[in-house]
Amino acid sequence: MSDIKIKITDRDGVRHEVDAPTDMNMNLMEVVRSYELAPEGTIGICGGMAMCASCQCYVKSDHNLPEKSDDEEAMLAEAFNVRENSRLGCQLHITESMDGLEVELAPEEL
Amino acid sequence: MIKTDILIIGAGPTGLFAVFEAGLLQLKCHLIDALPQAGGQCSEIYPKKPIYDIPGFPEVLAGDLVDNLMEQIKPFQPAFTLGERAETIEKQADGTFVVTTNKGTQHNAPVVAIAGGLGSFEPRKPLLENLSEYEDNGVSYMIKDPEVYRDKRVVIAGGGDSALDWSIFLADVASEVTLVHRRNEFRGALDSVEKVQNLKNQGRINLITPGEIVGLQGEGQLESVSIRKTTNAAEDITLEVDNFIPLFGLSPKLGPIADWGLEIEKNAIKVDTFDYQTNVPGIYAIGDVNTYPGKLKLILCGFHEATLMCQSAYQRIFPDKKYVLKYTTVGGINGFDGSKKEAPKAVIKEIT
Repeated sequence: MSDIKIKITDRDGVRHEVDAPTDMNMNLMEVVRSYELAPEGTIGICGGMAMCASCQCYVKSDHNLPEKSDDEEAMLAEAFNVRENSRLGCQLHITESMDGLEVELAPEEL
Repeated sequence: MIKTDILIIGAGPTGLFAVFEAGLLQLKCHLIDALPQAGGQCSEIYPKKPIYDIPGFPEVLAGDLVDNLMEQIKPFQPAFTLGERAETIEKQADGTFVVTTNKGTQHNAPVVAIAGGLGSFEPRKPLLENLSEYEDNGVSYMIKDPEVYRDKRVVIAGGGDSALDWSIFLADVASEVTLVHRRNEFRGALDSVEKVQNLKNQGRINLITPGEIVGLQGEGQLESVSIRKTTNAAEDITLEVDNFIPLFGLSPKLGPIADWGLEIEKNAIKVDTFDYQTNVPGIYAIGDVNTYPGKLKLILCGFHEATLMCQSAYQRIFPDKKYVLKYTTVGGINGFDGSKKEAPKAVIKEIT
């Protein structure tokens, strides 16, 4: 069992430091949901298919993350509040190299 | 007034399967859905994606699952109110409910089953300051009647299938079609991408990529839009248009159902797992829209919930009738359309 630490700033600006397992086939969106850092129904709406942007987050640390897939690029191109450092949490598979990652949840699209 | 036995709100897989289980009990169903087609998320978000956990189907495309469900419930003649959102519910003196849609269509039933999934799909609106001023005054989020755009100057924004398909369609209708998308790449059927390319080459679609609509102008009625092509706002271009159609897909919202006096927890409706009834007797909630201890948002769980809901609904509608469960293999399917499906009889023949 190996956990890594991830710092997540929720939509209210509150910072949380959470343990994320690397051996549970989880992605960042699922970590946020498991700690209920965003209300159910406001994150991971499509279930993790990169077909909505409800798990968009801004990457604050300089971790070397995997490249965006075409699906993620396309979704972010249609999402709102997108910045240079935007990623879809559901496309970030938790690995040991992410230890210490800092992210901020993008605002909910209304 | 549309009258039925079970009024189902939401025509996703759970709502559709409820029609089948109700049909076995000789109960008629009517379904309301905000989307223009049945299937819910399966049709709207991921029709071409595979699902691997439908019992008996090692792999099935979401769109095919919906087609199969539609085929399965056909004998029970479900009726649909599509493209309308259930807005209000009123309990009548006789204990039945009247549900009215945003277009004023009224439905009356003794039982209401909310199978609303994540909610009704509402168009995603771009973040433009004065957007609401121009809604129905040049800005619309879906195209209901393409003739509205006859000989008009139209700008469409978006990079998916609907933006591509409508650009192609309106190229023959509007006097001018401009398609604006943030990137050069489009996410759509290959065929549509090629068609847009051809129309662009013929000068029949004005393509602006990468670009983004950043402002709307006009006195009461939309007259022009500002398009940003670079990060430098000074280089924004102004395009005179009659209509702006942002097509950024749809996102689900629980919507008016949240105000129906039902107990809500975590954006979902609380139910009793005995029969998936809500705190209001006669109103049930099945599938992704409900919550209870141990809830899993899975299609297969929705099917189970729909089945138990129908049993309870039957008891509610016919409190004095005796009923025992009958297997479809034994009882067959007696459609309301007079069709009959049954297991073939065994051949009894002597061997000499």
